[in-house]
Amino acid sequence: MSAVLASRHADVTGTLDGLLASREIVVACGPGGVGKTTTAAAAAAMAAARIGGKVLVLTVDPARRLADALGLEGIGNTERQVPLEAFTDAGVRPAGALWAAMLDTKESWDSLIRTHAPDARTRDDILANPLYRNISGRFVQSHDYIAMERLFEIHAEADYDLIVVDTPPTRNALDFLDAPERMAEFFSSRLLRWLIVPYRSRIVNFASRPFYQVADRVLGTQFLQDIAQFFILFQTMYDGFVDRARAVQRLLAERRTSFVVVSTLEAVPLREAEFFAEQLTARKLHLGAIVLNKVLPAYLRDPAACAVAERLRDRAEPLSAELAPRLEESDPNQVRRVLSEVGQSFLDYRVVAQREAEQRAELGAVPESLVTVPYFDTDVYDLAGLLRLGQWLWGEEPALTT
Amino acid sequence: MVGLLDRRLVFVTGKGGVGKTTVATALALFASERGRRTLLCEVDAKGDVAAYLETGEIGFTAREVLPGLFVMSMDTEASLREYLKLNLRIPVAGRIGPLARAFDFVATAAPGVREILTVGKLAYEVRERHYDLVVVDAPATGHIIGQLAAPQAINDLVKVGLIRSQTDWMLEILSDPARTGLVIVTTPEEMPVNETLELAARVEKETTVELAEVIVNRVLPELFGHNEEELFDRLCLAPAVAALGELADGDPTPVLDAARLAVTLRRTRAGHLERLRAGIDRSVPMMYLPFLFTRYHGMRTIRQVAQALGEELGF
Repeated sequence: MSAVLASRHADVTGTLDGLLASREIVVACGPGGVGKTTTAAAAAAMAAARIGGKVLVLTVDPARRLADALGLEGIGNTERQVPLEAFTDAGVRPAGALWAAMLDTKESWDSLIRTHAPDARTRDDILANPLYRNISGRFVQSHDYIAMERLFEIHAEADYDLIVVDTPPTRNALDFLDAPERMAEFFSSRLLRWLIVPYRSRIVNFASRPFYQVADRVLGTQFLQDIAQFFILFQTMYDGFVDRARAVQRLLAERRTSFVVVSTLEAVPLREAEFFAEQLTARKLHLGAIVLNKVLPAYLRDPAACAVAERLRDRAEPLSAELAPRLEESDPNQVRRVLSEVGQSFLDYRVVAQREAEQRAELGAVPESLVTVPYFDTDVYDLAGLLRLGQWLWGEEPALTT
Repeated sequence: MVGLLDRRLVFVTGKGGVGKTTVATALALFASERGRRTLLCEVDAKGDVAAYLETGEIGFTAREVLPGLFVMSMDTEASLREYLKLNLRIPVAGRIGPLARAFDFVATAAPGVREILTVGKLAYEVRERHYDLVVVDAPATGHIIGQLAAPQAINDLVKVGLIRSQTDWMLEILSDPARTGLVIVTTPEEMPVNETLELAARVEKETTVELAEVIVNRVLPELFGHNEEELFDRLCLAPAVAALGELADGDPTPVLDAARLAVTLRRTRAGHLERLRAGIDRSVPMMYLPFLFTRYHGMRTIRQVAQALGEELGF
């Protein structure tokens, strides 16, 4: 009920409708904590409901609530279809089908090794290597890379009409964009060859000697050998790997792919989102839309309402004296407190709403569509909730519900 | 449990967007104003600390920006240089050549190296007693475990060498609750609370660092007291709205809507707060910081947060 209350008079502008209908891959990105995962899921759910076709939401956020909302008992690394009943329960007859998958970094790496390893022995050696286990499990950039890699794999193998991807919460929102390139650079690095040579032949290249002296003293010979062994194994997959990384990079740059930057109007996330939008453009990637979440209702900035709020706060005493009898309220003091509290609260929130409006006015590069989603005072717990949120992404104001 | 300001090394983490940097900065400011020689270190240099303290760019070399408050920004390569200089007596720039590339490579290849250089530098400042308190604006919840567990991970992977010999004293400092503590900053919202509960469990299981405090940021004010909400409900009925409109000389509907929004927002958050309290070990103290209805970020905000922190800390 009150999600609608929060949104009344909110300024509805853009829509994701056209973008989701015309692209094959839509990547939701932006700073952490702005509702990226929920936005991606809501967009995918709406696309499945309204546009049709086979739609996949690929999420990296293991939020149990999202799995519940999609009617799935946990989402795994393999894609699963959201049961039709989840839609019918929400009173919707979907035009298409919604699928969901959650990225499991470790699982995805293992499957990548299985695909690219030249033989069973190399495969088993890599999977058992302690360094590999460490890299695949903990290494932050590997998380970014594998998300894009998995996207590529699904796009190549499965017949989805649309894939909506939720990007990993990175330290730097751009990391995942650079991940394929970094991975390719990493494996073709000259340093990598330096590192591997002495382990193979024990003849230390003159050029790598100073590097070795330091590395050896700092890290220890045994650890360096572990690293070297790991990379020798990895070298066997080098070509496949680099080709793959480049292909992932190309896919992201193609016209069939678009990026949606999600943010709130708070200063810090918004600055990060803006930087991200600029970088997308600089890299010639397609910025399809900006989604602004948790936007306070526009009526908070209404001057007439503000004047009323000020009067309630400043003249609470005389107002309550007159109002109390009409409310059949015996305690005018209580009425005074409520009036003054109501007035003050409006003025408090007005400060925040005004700050948000200024932030929004200062938004630099604005793409084809700018979508605002109001502050939902309750969390999204089911598909109906996702679809309600999705209506905002469609530029619609959800009908008043009770 | 040891008081927050009585420790020597305090890591401040939290989900992105909850105000982790604001709280870390305010904590460092408050400590310095209480006479602690304090170092504030920004690990993921985004420049927010500089903006909040309204000071110029912050580098690897600590700079005193206010009396007793020093700030630095972590740079793992600079940390490596410093380390090599102190331990190997190698004139780094001259002989290693493209150290940056070599370092980047090793750090990428060997997980934990970057993290150990960060933790190492911080623990070094504590060991050398350069400061009374080191406050770390640490990586967000997703990465903090890797950071705190780095010495242990290196211990498992690296059997010999200089780094290996260094992890023991680092572990000793990190594992000592009298010296080191972790602060998780959260907001009373669904996902931040979920992440806080998950992180608290992982910290206990996977690291040796003590969870010293959970700080709940942006707690919304309660609008109405006992019976007042019932009165507010009556105020929202059509006849009352009409009467109020007449008296206040204008349509009160948006003002009442805003109050309703404030009440429901507060209520949803109270539910998450309860969930948080129930899921965090009773021995871990919790602090509550109010939502600030202010226009600007910057020094004024930091001072407000610092004051609220001080009140919660019992000063």
